[in-house]
Amino acid sequence: MPATWIFLIVLALSATGYLLGRRRALVSAGGDSRHLHSLPAYYGSNAALLVSVPALLALVLWLFAQPMVIQNRVEHLVPETSYANEGELSLVMSDVRRIAEGLDLAVEQGAMTEAEATDIRVETTNIRDRLGAVGVALGSDVEAPILVAAKAWREMNATGNMIRTGVVLLIALAGFGLGMVRADKDFRARNSVEKVILALLILAASLAILTTVGIIASLLFNTIEFFKLYPALDFFFGLTWAPSFGGGSELGILPLLWGTLYISVIALAVAVPIGLFAAVYLSEYASSTVRSFAKPMIEVLAGIPTIVYGLFALLTVGPMLFQAFGPDGAGWMGGGRAVMTAGLVMGIMLIPFVSSLSDDIINAVPQAMRDGSLGLGATKSETVKQVVLPAALPGIVGAILLAASRAIGETMIVVLGAGAAARLSMNPFEAMTTVTAKIVSQLTGDADFASPEALVAFALGMTLFVITLCLNVFALWIVRKYREQYE
Amino acid sequence: MYDSPSLENEVTDKAIKIAADKVQVFYGDTHAIKDVDVQIQDKTVTAFIGPSGCGKSTFLRCLNRMNDTIDICRVQGQILLDGEDIYDKRVDPVQLRAKVGMVFQKPNPFPKSIYDNIAYGPRIHGLAKSKADLDVIVEKSLRRGAIWDEVKDRLHAPGTGLSGGQQQRLCIARAVATEPEVLLMDEPCSALDPIATGQVEELIDELRDSYSVVIVTHSMQQAARVSQKTAFFHLGNLVEYGETSQIFTNPVDPRTESYITGRIG
Repeated sequence: MPATWIFLIVLALSATGYLLGRRRALVSAGGDSRHLHSLPAYYGSNAALLVSVPALLALVLWLFAQPMVIQNRVEHLVPETSYANEGELSLVMSDVRRIAEGLDLAVEQGAMTEAEATDIRVETTNIRDRLGAVGVALGSDVEAPILVAAKAWREMNATGNMIRTGVVLLIALAGFGLGMVRADKDFRARNSVEKVILALLILAASLAILTTVGIIASLLFNTIEFFKLYPALDFFFGLTWAPSFGGGSELGILPLLWGTLYISVIALAVAVPIGLFAAVYLSEYASSTVRSFAKPMIEVLAGIPTIVYGLFALLTVGPMLFQAFGPDGAGWMGGGRAVMTAGLVMGIMLIPFVSSLSDDIINAVPQAMRDGSLGLGATKSETVKQVVLPAALPGIVGAILLAASRAIGETMIVVLGAGAAARLSMNPFEAMTTVTAKIVSQLTGDADFASPEALVAFALGMTLFVITLCLNVFALWIVRKYREQYE
Repeated sequence: MYDSPSLENEVTDKAIKIAADKVQVFYGDTHAIKDVDVQIQDKTVTAFIGPSGCGKSTFLRCLNRMNDTIDICRVQGQILLDGEDIYDKRVDPVQLRAKVGMVFQKPNPFPKSIYDNIAYGPRIHGLAKSKADLDVIVEKSLRRGAIWDEVKDRLHAPGTGLSGGQQQRLCIARAVATEPEVLLMDEPCSALDPIATGQVEELIDELRDSYSVVIVTHSMQQAARVSQKTAFFHLGNLVEYGETSQIFTNPVDPRTESYITGRIG
């Protein structure tokens, strides 16, 4: 039985459990809900949760575990002569899986009988053609041992699915029974439902944390692989970035880091003053009508996808700057793509970040501070400069650091606005590139995944991750350290 | 409505500092202050008493135009400070507030050092020519605020680290530092314990020598202790205004009597 069906059956059983559990509990109290320990709905929910949660958990675990187990057992059937290393084995195994699924599909569509699919042989049938006819394309002709493995896969999968159906439905039924037994007026249904809900909340929180750990682990694993192939010292202190897929590439991170920092600094130089001034205007001077209309307008900027900003850089800002600073103007600029182009556009992207966060922080400064200052005969701008901004400073610094880590991680604007040349230069009108843009270009292409040229992307990603992590931790530390300044 | 018959009979031996004439205040559509006439004397402590929401704080905030910072607030009528209309177009509210200082209900020291809290006003108004001048002003103000001895060894510690009572005296010292002529106090003791309240009250009594002090208070005992003149507000009207002793012992209006004896409020 397919997983979808099992899922639907469990849900239906759970809904039935709800209704019956509720009714049974009411009956046990003689129809008067005041004699129940909990509200009737809790008895229903208790039964529904007992049916659905364990059964669905079992289903999900099974869905992940079964392919792994089968893969492990089928791998032995593939002769060692047909692969040289781990990578090739995984290619062979994906072929096996494809054939097995193709056979299933053929039976389902009626192109093959069940008996035919079980007895199919390489010697008598052209499997590639038969499967091609039902829409499963194979890269090469099927060899006998592969077909044997595919058949074994198919068989095990069928058995596994059958056991899965049985186990999940049994668990659901057991839960149903337990739910019915517990639908009694003295059972503390409310407490046990709340315990289950608490467990679900903890599960959600730990899933989020585990995902982060998983991301780090996968980055770390590949980074270590990279450093086995390429010396770390050359990577961190190399002044040249010149990957060549034939080998002998120089993979120094410094030019990329320089590009990243240069573009981020320009972006912040644009975003911080504009964003801060906008925030001061909105929170201190603007009337509520202006504010109610201007604040969402600024925040719209935050909703624009970065690729659109990239197009803006490529089509509008780049050519404009080129006109002013190119050969016809100041003569500093060689083309539309430059650090300046990307920096300016990225700055525009960050304005709503800085302004919206700072606006909230400035608003959090107690009105009593402003009153105190105004009451001493200070003007509005003196109050803002000398009382409100110093009081809000830690929060504003936090906002700026968050914006900085956004700038460092930005990719699309750089790809379209700053060019792809990795170089160390002081001229902001020259094309440069950043760590993120290079990660993209190293991983998109036909590179062998085991080569240092591809693996360097993970080392770059790890470095970037560590940098932004440090920035974020620093920002949080500052915000927390100075948060309780007033009161 | 002019509700203060005692005023006409009274012999005033001190100059009139603030004269309010038919003052009306509106918050949007709400008529918060109705036809208030009051004359506040120099070098006197005047107490505004009355139940919550009667408009006494609102009226206090009219005296230094702090209500200007509230968008929906409108003030009509005339308020004269030394004979000059403070709501005249030529008057800069910023300069007015330097002359009419204010202390708020909750102590609100700036998140700066004690020294910088006091020096804030003098710096803004350019009262000190040199650092030494400023030091003198800070010391004098802290002494006036009766807090010098407690903080003289830690002038550069943050003002927010002081206790509630010390913070409020710091705020009074801060207000005094700009050399105002009138000091407005909006329930200055409501966030303080009895000991700190006692210290602040003592201070208010000393301040009377140099300033005209107007204090809003919920505590009738406090009004009786610190003030020479008392004004009773009720539902936006000034019900009665006169000598404190007379208001508390022999009120003219039945509403004043009910409030003082605890029947309304």
